[in-house]
Amino acid sequence: MRRGWFLPIAASLGFGFLYAPIVSLVVFSFNESSLVTVWSGFSTKWYGELLADPQMLGAAWLSVQVAFAAASIALVLGTLCAVALVRFRKFRGRTVLAGTASAPLVMPDVITGLALLLLFVAMEASLGWPAGRGLLTIIIAHSTFCTAYVVVVVQSRLSDLDLSLEEAAMDLGATPIRVFFDITLPIIAPALVSGWLLAFTLSLDDLVIASFVSGPGSSTLPMVIFSKVRLGVSPDVNALATIIIGIVAIGVLGATVLQLRARPKKAKA
Amino acid sequence: MAKKPQLAIDTRPWRDPAAKPFVRIRNVTKKFGDVYAVSDVSLDIFKSELFCLLGGSGSGKSTLLRMLAGFEQPTSGTIEIDGQDMTEVAPYNRPVNMMFQSYALFPHMNVEQNIAYGLKRDQLPAGEIHDRVAELLSLVKLQDYGKRRPHQLSGGQRQRVALARALAKRPKLLLLDEPLGALDKKLREETQFELVKIQETLGVTFIVVTHDQEEAMSLATRIGVMNYGEIAMIGEPTDIYEFPNSKFVAGFIGSVNMVEGVVTEDEPGHVRIRSAELGCDIYVGHGVDCAPDQILWWAIRPEKIALSRDKPESTEGANVTQGIVEEIGYLGDMSVYQVRLESGKHLRVTQTNTIRGNPDAITWDEQVYLQWGDNAGSVLTV
Amino acid sequence: MSSFDTEAPAPRRRRPWTVVERGLTAIGLSGKALVIAAPAIWLTVFFLVPLAVVFGISLTVKQFGRPPYTPLLTNEEGTVQLTLHLNNYIRLFTDGLYISAYLSSIRIALISTIIALCIGYPMAYAIARAPDQWRNILLMLVILPFWTSFLLRVYALTGFMRGNGVINQFLGLFGIEPLVMMQTDFAVYVGIVYSYLPFMILPLYTNLVKLDGALLEASADLGARPLRTFLSITLPLSMPGIIAGSMLVFIPAIGEFVIPSLLGGPSTLMIGRVLWDEFFANTNWPRASAVAVAMLVVVVIPIMLLQRAQDAVQDRERAK
Repeated sequence: MRRGWFLPIAASLGFGFLYAPIVSLVVFSFNESSLVTVWSGFSTKWYGELLADPQMLGAAWLSVQVAFAAASIALVLGTLCAVALVRFRKFRGRTVLAGTASAPLVMPDVITGLALLLLFVAMEASLGWPAGRGLLTIIIAHSTFCTAYVVVVVQSRLSDLDLSLEEAAMDLGATPIRVFFDITLPIIAPALVSGWLLAFTLSLDDLVIASFVSGPGSSTLPMVIFSKVRLGVSPDVNALATIIIGIVAIGVLGATVLQLRARPKKAKA
Repeated sequence: MAKKPQLAIDTRPWRDPAAKPFVRIRNVTKKFGDVYAVSDVSLDIFKSELFCLLGGSGSGKSTLLRMLAGFEQPTSGTIEIDGQDMTEVAPYNRPVNMMFQSYALFPHMNVEQNIAYGLKRDQLPAGEIHDRVAELLSLVKLQDYGKRRPHQLSGGQRQRVALARALAKRPKLLLLDEPLGALDKKLREETQFELVKIQETLGVTFIVVTHDQEEAMSLATRIGVMNYGEIAMIGEPTDIYEFPNSKFVAGFIGSVNMVEGVVTEDEPGHVRIRSAELGCDIYVGHGVDCAPDQILWWAIRPEKIALSRDKPESTEGANVTQGIVEEIGYLGDMSVYQVRLESGKHLRVTQTNTIRGNPDAITWDEQVYLQWGDNAGSVLTV
Repeated sequence: MSSFDTEAPAPRRRRPWTVVERGLTAIGLSGKALVIAAPAIWLTVFFLVPLAVVFGISLTVKQFGRPPYTPLLTNEEGTVQLTLHLNNYIRLFTDGLYISAYLSSIRIALISTIIALCIGYPMAYAIARAPDQWRNILLMLVILPFWTSFLLRVYALTGFMRGNGVINQFLGLFGIEPLVMMQTDFAVYVGIVYSYLPFMILPLYTNLVKLDGALLEASADLGARPLRTFLSITLPLSMPGIIAGSMLVFIPAIGEFVIPSLLGGPSTLMIGRVLWDEFFANTNWPRASAVAVAMLVVVVIPIMLLQRAQDAVQDRERAK
């Protein structure tokens, strides 16, 4: 095996590239000056300003609501879809379902957003529902594209699952529904958790689709950030970014530690 | 290790034409697409039998087992268990349990929960479940392991949990898919013994699928040899080994010398076969269903041939030939000799090493005579 | 062991599940049908139908009012009339803006993908060859940025690359004139590589970590120098990882809106941005729809077909 100098240096530079902008972002969130790039002393005043900004807080709350609802809907739909694709090997329309479930992954956000908006407008004109656009339409739109991601995560776990576990349960007297809740669900639970978290993050992160399908007065957090950033520098966005990075870092660290701790036990399984 | 020889006919119901089979498989065929996994198999299995389905991979043995469990539906044909047609019965309603090749222990449940799972599905009272689980744990000698998770057990322990779980519901019929396949050789021999003991104690009917002929020979009351989705032969282990019905069965079980020959005498009491390959005639001391001048095969096991330096007396001027020892494989308990006949044909002969460090043993390049008895080989027409 | 009397059948009671299943069967529905129907209906209504609506509206023209496009179907004294306009598609071909936007999107996505591959491959290889205790930490460091906001990471880059940003301040320490990086195509490449680098690294890592070290030893044993071994063993075997990683970068890059609009200049044409502007700035919904349809036909459908073909190849290889 090669233990040359090239790989470590290349990897260090790569990680430097990945992390330098984030580190500078965090550092400057504690900057006294409103100039994001010139250091003029330590201060937490941008955090204070951020927490006193009702528009920002409102948008954050809306985004969390949307992400929670969309991730949960996507989890249910995505799991059902994955079960259908992996476990029911032959049914009419299987190829269509498989294609439709994975298409949102390659669909540019601008198209998904535009298409859903046009649908909502057309539905409102002909059916009267959904009346106006806002929380509901964003949730529907996010659930749709998040479902595709949940399908991918759950599908790969399900197809790794030893089919004989389900057969064994059935052999011992459990009906198919019972098998699903007793055996399949507990075993794929980690995939469900990561699928939900992925959907939650993607929803929380989406700017383009939400911009199309939201209505007046229902701006999500990325929309507010985007309009601020577009106008120029804003140190309170640095503060927000630092908070988000902090939360994510703690979450990912925690998950990794839990996983590492679980591993020695799993080693034999 | 095999089932004790019990000669009374009631312990061998398959010899009694009036006996009622417990599992009755009738003309069962299973197609996957255009491929016949199982084709037109008919088989009767009797109560308390330990029946082995033996075959190579792709022989259809596992598919047959899965049809008994209800995981696959026969394309045609019927399966009856204890007089009840199973065609429309879902796996979870069959009086059958299965021990899976991978054991399929539920990884998120401990040993007790695994064993209790089937009992809970029957909604037995908690106390009864508890007692039954304890009983099963002691049956498989895992009393102290009830709270462990499957991944905390060794391979042999997992195998026993799988067995206990499959037995928990007191199935009328237990299906075992390669039950010893995942164990190492030494453990396999011990476990084989345990398995037979448990089967005898409980009197449950076992159907075991295996690709291991030794395993089948030592476990089974009867063996069904499968090939290309068909049953090639059904019989007791001795029948299968000593009286194979076809070239396939003779070659599949143990090692065998197979030679081609032509029938020269076809009498009710004996048959004479001329074999150019052997360089002598074969005298078979019983009648065979064949015709004069028919080309057929004669199969003989290596241990049925005797080697000698001096020319032995031949019966009816047949059953003796000569050759040169080309190779000797020393296995300790016995030696395997590869003898080259004049025709160029090689015969495999085994000799038990009864004398310690025998200085007079037959050695390389020696000219030897080979001799066998009138009934030592099997005449095969297919 | 008398309790193992095989004659006594276990008592069976009706279970709630059985009742539920019987109920469903009675009204002609199996559980299986329900499992398929729920996602199928949702995806049809909120994914397939919208695409059809986009196609329909791309055949209308802009008008003032609500909705801001001419109706497809008009009802005049009992006769239903279907009016289709091809103006939008004609404009796509005649107005140079659209064609150059498509071409420029593909170019930018391609260049960025190649850069990401050149940076990501050594990183993935280094992680795959790192000692066990390091590997998980490094992997976590790759995944971590992915869980933080994409938008905020692009924003972080603006602070880094702007005229008086971190890079230029650093260069200033050595007396180097400030570089203009923001609002150039270069900034867009950096933005795409920066945002999607984890997508390149992860599939490459998954592939490279499975590479059998014995193959490299065998190659060295047979007289190949490290570079030779890399070119003739490692690189060909990691092809599936390279393809997967490149697809994961190329696909989102091509329809990207946020990166060109925050980092790119006015001359940075990307199709996602053109569509956005048609819709939001010009409120020309039919034109935006036509742009979307063209994008589907030119970019998205070929990618999907390519992926299906690749999946089929992989399935066949797995079957072997």
